[in-house]
Amino acid sequence: MATQVFKIPEIYRKNAKYTFCPGCDHGVAVRLVAEVLEEMKCAENTIAVCSIGCSVTLYDFLNLDSLEAPHGRALAEATGVKRAKPDKIVFTYQGDGDFASIGLAESMHAALRGENLTAICINNTTYGMTGGQLGPTTILGQVTTTSPTGRNLEYYGYPIKIAEHIALCDGTAFSARVSLDTVPNIRKAKQAIKKAFEVQAKGLGFGFVEILSTCPTNWRMSPDKAHDRVREEMMPVFKPGVYKDITEG
Amino acid sequence: MAVDCLTDKKVLIKGNYAIANAAVLAGCQCYFGYPITPQSEIGEFMSGKMQELGRAYVSAESELAAINMTIGACATGVKAMSSSSSCAVSLMQEALSYATSDQLPVVLVSVMRGGPGLGNIYPSQGDYFQATKGGGNGDYKLIVLAPSTVQECVDLTYKAFYLAQKYRNPTVLLADGLLGQMMEPVTFKPYPYPEIDNSDWALDGAKERDGRIIRSYAPLADNQCVFLERLYNKYKLIEENETEWEEKDTQGADIVLVSFGSTSRNVKTAAKILRLKGIKAGILRPVTLFPFPSKRLQELSNTVKKFVVVEVNMGQMVYDVKLAVNGKVPVELVHKPVGAPPSPEEIAKRIEELL
Repeated sequence: MATQVFKIPEIYRKNAKYTFCPGCDHGVAVRLVAEVLEEMKCAENTIAVCSIGCSVTLYDFLNLDSLEAPHGRALAEATGVKRAKPDKIVFTYQGDGDFASIGLAESMHAALRGENLTAICINNTTYGMTGGQLGPTTILGQVTTTSPTGRNLEYYGYPIKIAEHIALCDGTAFSARVSLDTVPNIRKAKQAIKKAFEVQAKGLGFGFVEILSTCPTNWRMSPDKAHDRVREEMMPVFKPGVYKDITEG
Repeated sequence: MAVDCLTDKKVLIKGNYAIANAAVLAGCQCYFGYPITPQSEIGEFMSGKMQELGRAYVSAESELAAINMTIGACATGVKAMSSSSSCAVSLMQEALSYATSDQLPVVLVSVMRGGPGLGNIYPSQGDYFQATKGGGNGDYKLIVLAPSTVQECVDLTYKAFYLAQKYRNPTVLLADGLLGQMMEPVTFKPYPYPEIDNSDWALDGAKERDGRIIRSYAPLADNQCVFLERLYNKYKLIEENETEWEEKDTQGADIVLVSFGSTSRNVKTAAKILRLKGIKAGILRPVTLFPFPSKRLQELSNTVKKFVVVEVNMGQMVYDVKLAVNGKVPVELVHKPVGAPPSPEEIAKRIEELL
């Protein structure tokens, strides 16, 4: 007898058109969020806040009540949603430019206030939707359309290590960085995302996961090579791991 | 100053406290703000009162955050507001543009001070353009209500919440530093408007229905065309139904003085002075700045010889009056750049000079 071991999560919209580029990790990240919400049986009680960038299309895939925030303001809007409806599960799905550049103040202050929110941040070291410009997480040496000779320290300064910064905020209950380059790492990513939702559900504070992701189109790489880059170039700079978890000892 | 102001007795109260009180009485569940003179009393009052009532107050990290938090709360269907002033309202323009597109009932109290830039904390009407023409991108309108007394600060705060809900459109209460800081006797009556059912659009979790999306992103041009037509049909409806103004002695008047907000108080007295001198002067005071009483001004231009617009700025509303009158009769401007409105005597004198 055949057993189904893999299926589309129930909370996916029917006939949703997949608009991410081939090899982009957004698809895996969205799926993990969907699986976690489904396992926690809280999709019907959840409100998503989608931010500007490729991440905004989350509402096209997940059949959730969703609010679109201006660029950088996702965690301010999520704060408003949660303060108005404290019983709802509220999360943001953002890119690194949204979370850590234009929205750094909103992100840090949501963490500092200890808002009971979950924030998922896709770090692909570039601005994807606008065509691959230098972002807050572009690593030293990386060539982008606005760092044509590579990001050098003298000219552009340092990239931000988001998960470490968010871990420093007293209101943060959980902060982790994960990657999606291998199956074991995808499993770890799911665990982290689940934890970031659980701390919210328990009212413990801000839950955060930074997901190292590919952007094959703007990196001008095949999907395979893109995952090699995640391992070889990104992970030495942005080390995966749990940076804060107040539920552990 | 507390919510127990709900009494038949008159209370002497500062404009900013009156607005905050009225918002609480209107059922505002969430307040988000960042301090700026001359409206800080609103946030100060709200910080204590909202906590006491089990409602939400957040000291936002910026006005950008404050107005976006307001959007977030409004998206869930509760009444929510922010308040700010001039240079800080500038920071909110992006969100106001989004809120019109999202069709969310955001209420913003804008207490004008001197500008441009940091300007000063004196009263001003220099943000007429900011409120009525918008500083955000794209085609949109905010409903704008302009109180002229502290009592009206209360009544129009109620109305701001009602109209915002009724039309799902951001609504601005446009006061100024004078109204915010002055004390006047006020009666707080209960919120007089019906509650609007928002169960067909508010975000409360997709239970036994598809997930709702509140969005402004319209990747296809055709969709945006349809949306904007629909949005502007709504604005037309607002113009037809909600245009409000005060008018006095315009029957048989030779000149009509047009002014709004705190300035209109002295303009009323100036009109009296002029009439005592035998000059047939009437007044028209727009209460709603959008929708603007253009039709009424147009009608009056058939019988009136001249309009004089009086405002505390370099001349902003005067353009809307000129548009309405459309060259039929002269429209003159009597203005003061910033500060308390010119005295009735000065206004009367300057108008006499124009005749």
